[in-house]
Amino acid sequence: MPSRLTFHAVAKEFPGVRALDDVSFAAEGGQVHALMGENGAGKSTLLKILSGAYAPTRGTVEIDGHPQAFRGTADAIAAGVAVIYQELFLVPGMSVAENLFLGHLPARHGVINRSRLLADARRHLAWIGEEIDPDLPVGHLPIAQRQLVEIAKALSRGARVIAFDEPTSSLSAREVERLFAVIRELRARGHVILYVTHRMDEVFAICDAVTVLRDGRHIRTFATLAGLTVDEIVRQMVGRDLKNVFNHTPRPLGPPALEVGAITGPGLSAPVTLQVAAGEIVGMFGLVGAGRSELLRLIYGAVPPTGGTIRLDGRDASLATPRDAINRGLVFCPEDRKRDGIVSVASVAENINLSARRHQAAGGLVLNRRWERTNAEQQVAALAIKTASLDTAIGYLSGGNQQKAILARWLSEQVRVILLDEPTRGIDVGARSEIYTIIQRLAASGVGVLFVSSELPEVLGLADRVLVMRGGALSAEFARTEATEERVLKAALPATT
Amino acid sequence: MSTRPHRFQIFWDRAGMLVVFALLFAGCSVFVKGFFQPVNMESILLSVSTIGIISCTMLFCLAAGAFDLSVGSTVACTGVITAVVINHTGSVPAGIAAGLGAGALVGLVNGLLIARAGINALIATLATMQVVRGLGYKVTGGKSVGVINESFFQLGNAYFLRLPVPIWICLGCFLLFGFLISRTTFGRNTLALGGNPEAARLAGIATVRLQVIIFTLQGAIAALAGIVLCSRMTSGQPMVAQGLELDVISACVLGGVSLTGGVGQMSHVIAGVLIMGTVRNAMNLLNLQTFDQMVASGLILLAAVAFDRLKQRGAGR
Repeated sequence: MPSRLTFHAVAKEFPGVRALDDVSFAAEGGQVHALMGENGAGKSTLLKILSGAYAPTRGTVEIDGHPQAFRGTADAIAAGVAVIYQELFLVPGMSVAENLFLGHLPARHGVINRSRLLADARRHLAWIGEEIDPDLPVGHLPIAQRQLVEIAKALSRGARVIAFDEPTSSLSAREVERLFAVIRELRARGHVILYVTHRMDEVFAICDAVTVLRDGRHIRTFATLAGLTVDEIVRQMVGRDLKNVFNHTPRPLGPPALEVGAITGPGLSAPVTLQVAAGEIVGMFGLVGAGRSELLRLIYGAVPPTGGTIRLDGRDASLATPRDAINRGLVFCPEDRKRDGIVSVASVAENINLSARRHQAAGGLVLNRRWERTNAEQQVAALAIKTASLDTAIGYLSGGNQQKAILARWLSEQVRVILLDEPTRGIDVGARSEIYTIIQRLAASGVGVLFVSSELPEVLGLADRVLVMRGGALSAEFARTEATEERVLKAALPATT
Repeated sequence: MSTRPHRFQIFWDRAGMLVVFALLFAGCSVFVKGFFQPVNMESILLSVSTIGIISCTMLFCLAAGAFDLSVGSTVACTGVITAVVINHTGSVPAGIAAGLGAGALVGLVNGLLIARAGINALIATLATMQVVRGLGYKVTGGKSVGVINESFFQLGNAYFLRLPVPIWICLGCFLLFGFLISRTTFGRNTLALGGNPEAARLAGIATVRLQVIIFTLQGAIAALAGIVLCSRMTSGQPMVAQGLELDVISACVLGGVSLTGGVGQMSHVIAGVLIMGTVRNAMNLLNLQTFDQMVASGLILLAAVAFDRLKQRGAGR
């Protein structure tokens, strides 16, 4: 009998963010159900709830009519759920067979029964139709085969609901066909298959139904793809108007502040050329993995480019390191603040003064303590950073206030151009608009701004000009007046083949 | 989660282990016979001066998220080099310069291996520890080298303002490196590097150069300690200071310096060094056997680390 997976008014709230808002829909067994939405639409959160990694704030997940209350991923596995993520959870140094039965290896008195292990492994590998030696370490397999091992692992645990999170992102065309064959086999067995993807061609190639999420809400479920078009799905994925929160006012543009000429490097598939004028805000959109962060890091010198030129204020600038960039007035706010931005054990004041203090220190060495105090106080006041004191460890602050502290770090320098990678990622709505205001104020003072965002409304609302990246190259450029959600999103999505 | 660092919390972070030391000191003064005597005080300070000097730069290594196992070998090797050079040239300054230079070179190599070649600090300094120890033996053919020029003995044995010179050198290091860690870009950048290397790099800190400087300093300061020790012993001995690196790291950790980097103050180091010296001295006065002393030292270190964990949990980290 085919299985059935139902979400009943599932909601998930994090402090300051509502990631999912009363999502209800059903996925039938014997069907491949596509789950679509922009970055941040709530797909990942939904998968995490399904896998038991998150507990929903409200609502229930039902499998075959039985409400489930997963207290952890082990519960979900026991209930027959498997989620195949982009990064696979296999132990590279252990053999395929050991990975398949990780946690319940066939053993007597703790001694592993190797012949049974290998025989069981062969049996489970047989039906995914691939010749994989169960004795080989998983680390020696190509990604595509590891994925198949992960699927076999799920099935060996009796999975009836299998969710795929962008499974084809690192597969070749032939490998995709192989994977699709396996997925069709799963479908024929009556399993529920949830398929998260950005690729329209895949939706039409393998899926039977589509559910679209947007801003954490369920927008629509199409029970059949008959008569459905790419444009219609895209419209459901965007379809909203948030432009007015940005208070966009035209600013006079100055001469080019940043000129990037045919830059190449890791993460880019083609040389990138772009310009940002003084006082201009350029927004860069693209899907996750389109190479936007990589581009910013190359420009900043955080990763050395393999070719190309960078000019700042019309003068050649060879930026070998971030330090060079900062000295020339080019600064960068990274996407992952915890990992790349803040020193979480250090105080708010330390984090703000980290860079600019060297100009003030006597001989570049002995700190100017009065300046340090004054600067930190001024920045905290000017950017309205909410902190108990200047000496509070910055790790205690909210994401928004951490981001403001990093902005404060750069506002303490002589900034000409600022690069921002996902400036509002993980930041609640109130702090977001404050950060937009800071960015606009920076531009009004003549600073060139280049920001990357996965959120269309943010890009369209804030930017004077929109660049789109796809597959490691610039794919489109729109003036503010030409940039519509449909156009931008379409330029970002992989070409339909 | 409380976001306001309480005044007491700040005080406790900064001086908690100094308070522990004060209590320990008071306890020993009351209960251990012969402890609270001027002569004994001097002997405590003198006994920890070598560890104290080296722990100053070890603080920087630990704060930067690394550590250096080669300091014990460097102490021995540079002492030997100093002795040999003095005997050959007849010049004390030349000997001292050679010793310091050799120590700085060891540190420079460590720094380059770790920061440039990206070799794990444990492995890199474990390797140089053995190499340098071996070189020390090679220089003398495994024997001690008595220094002929007696004016060199002043450095380790003379008194200045009623205290032996090594104690003054140690105090000088405490002051200098205490200033460097808290009041200079060098010190703050070191803490940022240990707290989050990638954030430090993206904030424009030249992290590779910084690490090389830290290790080079560590080598030079270990050499300073080695030269002073050589002078105290009136000879360069290639077998001394075995396991000293662990004593130094123990002292730092005992005082509350974090092994994960990003956190460290000179007051921690001073407290750790003094606690270590006091405990050892008290155990000697109580006539504890060497083996019992080793067991006790290990247990005290564990207790200190457990105490620090507790403190950090209190701070909500």
